[in-house]
Parts: sequence; structure tokens; C-alpha cells
Amino acid sequence: MSGSRLRSVAAVVGLSVQEGIRRRVFLAVLILTAGFLALYGLGAHFAFNDVDEFAAGEPKILDAHAFTGATMFGMAMFATLFLGAVLAVFLTLGVVRGDAESGLLQPIVVRPIGRTTMLIARFAGAAALSAAYVIAVYLLAAAITKATGDWSPDHLLGPALALALGVAIIAALSLLASTVLSVTAQGIVVLMVFGAGLTAGLLAQIGNAIDSDSLHTIGRVASWTLPFEGLYSAGLHALISGTSGLTGVILQLGPFGGSEAAGPEMIVWSFAYLVGVLALASFAFSRRDL
Amino acid sequence: MAEPVLAVRELSKRYGSQEALAGIDLEVGAGQLVGLLGPNGAGKSTLTKIACGLVRPSGGGVEVLGEPAGSPQARAALGYLAELFRFPGWCTAEELLRFHQRLVGSAGGEAERRELLELVDLSAAAGKRIEAMSKGMQQRLGVAQALIGSPRLLLLDEPTSALDPVGRRIVRELLEELRRRDVAVLLNSHLLSEVELICDHVAIIARGKLVKAGTPEGLAGPGAVEVETGSGVRSFDGAGREDAPRIVAELVAAGESVYRVEVRHSSLEDVYLEAVGGETG
Repeated sequence: MSGSRLRSVAAVVGLSVQEGIRRRVFLAVLILTAGFLALYGLGAHFAFNDVDEFAAGEPKILDAHAFTGATMFGMAMFATLFLGAVLAVFLTLGVVRGDAESGLLQPIVVRPIGRTTMLIARFAGAAALSAAYVIAVYLLAAAITKATGDWSPDHLLGPALALALGVAIIAALSLLASTVLSVTAQGIVVLMVFGAGLTAGLLAQIGNAIDSDSLHTIGRVASWTLPFEGLYSAGLHALISGTSGLTGVILQLGPFGGSEAAGPEMIVWSFAYLVGVLALASFAFSRRDL
Repeated sequence: MAEPVLAVRELSKRYGSQEALAGIDLEVGAGQLVGLLGPNGAGKSTLTKIACGLVRPSGGGVEVLGEPAGSPQARAALGYLAELFRFPGWCTAEELLRFHQRLVGSAGGEAERRELLELVDLSAAAGKRIEAMSKGMQQRLGVAQALIGSPRLLLLDEPTSALDPVGRRIVRELLEELRRRDVAVLLNSHLLSEVELICDHVAIIARGKLVKAGTPEGLAGPGAVEVETGSGVRSFDGAGREDAPRIVAELVAAGESVYRVEVRHSSLEDVYLEAVGGETG
């Protein structure tokens, strides 16, 4: 990419960030996130206290402490992905059709920056902010879990990066939707796709529990069709991949989506998927009369 | 002849079964101010949008300084103000111009921003948020935004629709200044008096076709010589100023008393109404 294009990308990203600050979007997100983390800290504190009292003196078939830590942190990870997805969708809301209809887009795309670079810039801004957000919330939740219950996930960084890549994919899907859908339809469709992905993950989890090949297949197909779900499942799995015995088995069936190991092929596929979705969005945008 | 800054050749555009443009030819040279007239839905905005790469043509083509419309080189050479536009309301006038300077790669810095705000009489509003500006101020800011990077071609789609008479005068004087600076301007407007006043050339479009083109004076042409005689007012259609002495001499020779002679020109409005056949969008 040439120097002038990079400057244009920086200008568009800078404008989006500035808008977020001026419109107090980030302030609202920070306050609500602080609320969520405080609530999570309180919940984790009481959960660890109660389970330690409950499990004292019982035979150690199940590691209740690890079970509580993994379950609580799994919930935090689910909430983090959900909040990150909402942020990614709202940061890309109306980027093409919405802004074109309101007349915001035309003065920008007639500049030498061009449509594809403008789209990539909007994606880069939204994806970077959403990814940074989920990583920060995830790490803070991990720190809270450690402080309240002295429990840490078996792998700390991998799941954070999986979440970050997951929300980047959601931002790209949202951008693609913005090339053809109105603002309201875009928001509804992307959040429904997000919900459908996670539901398919839960189906796979149930399939595992009752040994149903059909349900498991549905989950697998959903993971590859909507890789943010596959990445989330892989992240959940990595949290407890080192936990063995009955605790490990029960945790695999945790309540916040199917946890399933994913190899490097899922990462490669996720990046290819991301590039493919952006290329499709760019193609749709280039064909659109403004 | 020098290469035109904007060259429109056999341009056509269809939206489904609807034909918006049907083979338009038009040129705008350096320092030329061309007014584009026509009823609503005639295709004026479509033509302007194709010229700046917002809309793809169905046939024919548009070149800006010899480069295909929509190419990075063509976009770098033009400034554009849409009929319906919106700037981020939270931004100040200064910030908006700075943002566009970065998009264009203009090295004009603060001096350019100051000069442009001065040109559109918005110096006092440099730090004002756009959402706190009147529509007229936003439109003048839009004109300043279009001039970032000193474009060779300016495409203005109804740039004075929200302006009061003072605002219109400011934009008119600005356009005259741009002509002196050799900038080519395509002005899409409904205000015939404004076009007549400042444009060197006028193109009238109706139903996607160019129905009339020429200088405002050339298009208006001679109208009639009106003579008030003792027997009433008589009109000599098609006659011009040079015909007046002969007409008066003939009337006097015929025994008429002449009280008043007036040479009437057909106005651009007459020409426009005749060209579009009373059509309105």
C-alpha cells in the first residue's frame, strides 16, 4: 500500500476513533464494562467462597474449585464475546448503505482514497477497537478470577487471541451486510447470525453429551461456516485443556457453548474466511451506485 | 484546442428499465463555468455523479483531464459537492477541512484551511461544530471542502439551494474567482437567473437528453421589437436591436405616430421552458 493510501487509511480510522470519543461511545462502553466486571468479581467471589465451604471434607471425585473457576471464567468469556460482537456491529453500522443514504459517504469516496481502501480502513478501525476491547476485558476477567478464587485457565493467551479474531470476523461480516442492507436490517441480521452460530455450538455440545452424530455434525458445519463460533469453542476448550479426570469431562460439557479443540487449520481457515468476506464486501461496494 | 478538463461522450445510464441518460455529449474547459439545467429527474445529478465516479455509466464515458472518471487520477483532480450531503455533526469546520486535506494529500496546511474558510465567509465559525451550523453555513462549508487541494475541476450539484441571498452572492463571487484561477466548473442548478448571471455556457437536459446548449446570450437570442403607436402596441417577433430604426421608419412612412420602442430579448427562462416543454419532475 502506498504512503498516500496509508495516510488516508489513518485519516479514516482516526475520524472513527475521534467520533467514538466525541460521541462518548467509548465512555459508555467503559462504564458498562466496569459494571460488568464488578458484577463478575462479586459473583466469582461468592461462588468460590460457597463452593469451598460446600466441598470441604467431601471425597475429591470432582475438583469443585477448578470446576467453579472454569465455569465462571467460561461465562466471562461468553459475555466478553457477546459484548465484543455488539461493539463490532455498532462500529460498522451503516458504513456503506446507511452512510450513502444519509450523504456521509459520498464526500469521502470521491477522494483519491477509493472505495476498497475506505472499506478496509473502516474494517481496520472497527476490528482493532473490538479486538483490543475483548482482549482487555478477557484479561481483566482472568485477573479477577485469579484474585477472587486463585484459579487461572490452562492457557491464557490463546483464547484471548481466538476471541479477538472472532470479533474481527464479526466486524467483516457486518461490513459485508452494510453493502446491501439498511442500517436496522444490518444490525438485526448480523446479531442473529452471531446468535445462530452460538446456538449451533450449543447443539454440538448437546450432541456430544447424548452421543448424537447428527447434532455433532451440525455443530462442526456451523463452526466452519461461521468461524467465530469455532474460534470461541476452541478458546473455551483451551481454558481447560489441561484439566483431567471427571472435572475435565464435566467441564467439556460446560454451559456456555460447546468446547471443542481446533487445530491450526481453524486459524488458517479463519484468516482466509476474513479475507474472503472483505473481498466480497469490496466487490459489492465497487458495484454499488452511490 | 486545449484538452477539455471534463469530457462527456455519448454518456448513457439506465436504472433498470428507466433511462436516466441517453447519449449526452458535453465538454468543460479550463476556466469555463458551465451551467447544467433541467427539470427534476432529467439526469443532471446522475451525470455529475458519473463524472466523479459515484455512479457507473451504462454506455459511453466521461474523462477528467484525459483520465477515466472514477480512476484515482481523475478523483485527485476534482472537487465535488453533492446535492444531498452530510458531514459528521460532531466535527468542527476546521477538523472537517483537515480530514479532507489528509484524504487528498494536500500540503496546504492551516493556510489553505484559513483561506478556504475566508472565501466562504466562515472564518468566524472555524471552531464551530457542524451540527450547530445552519444549513446555509453547512452548504458553504461543503463548497470549501470541495476546494481542498486546489482541484482543476469542480462539480457542484445545487450548491446554493439552501443559501440566502447573501450566501448566494458569496458563492457567486467565489465561482467568478475560480474562473479567474482557471478552474473548470460544472454547476448543476435550478436557479436560472444565477446560471444566466455567471455561467459562460449552458446545457439544458430533459429526459436524459441534451436538448439545448450554448452561451446564455446565444441561447436567449433576439426576441422582438415592440412599438407603441397611435393605433396600439405592435410586436415584431424575431426582430432585434438593429431592426428597430427600419421598423420605426416604415411605420412613420405609413403615417403612424410612434410613442415608444422597446427591444425585447427572450430570457433564458423562455428558452428553458421551450426546451423542456413545460416538463417538471
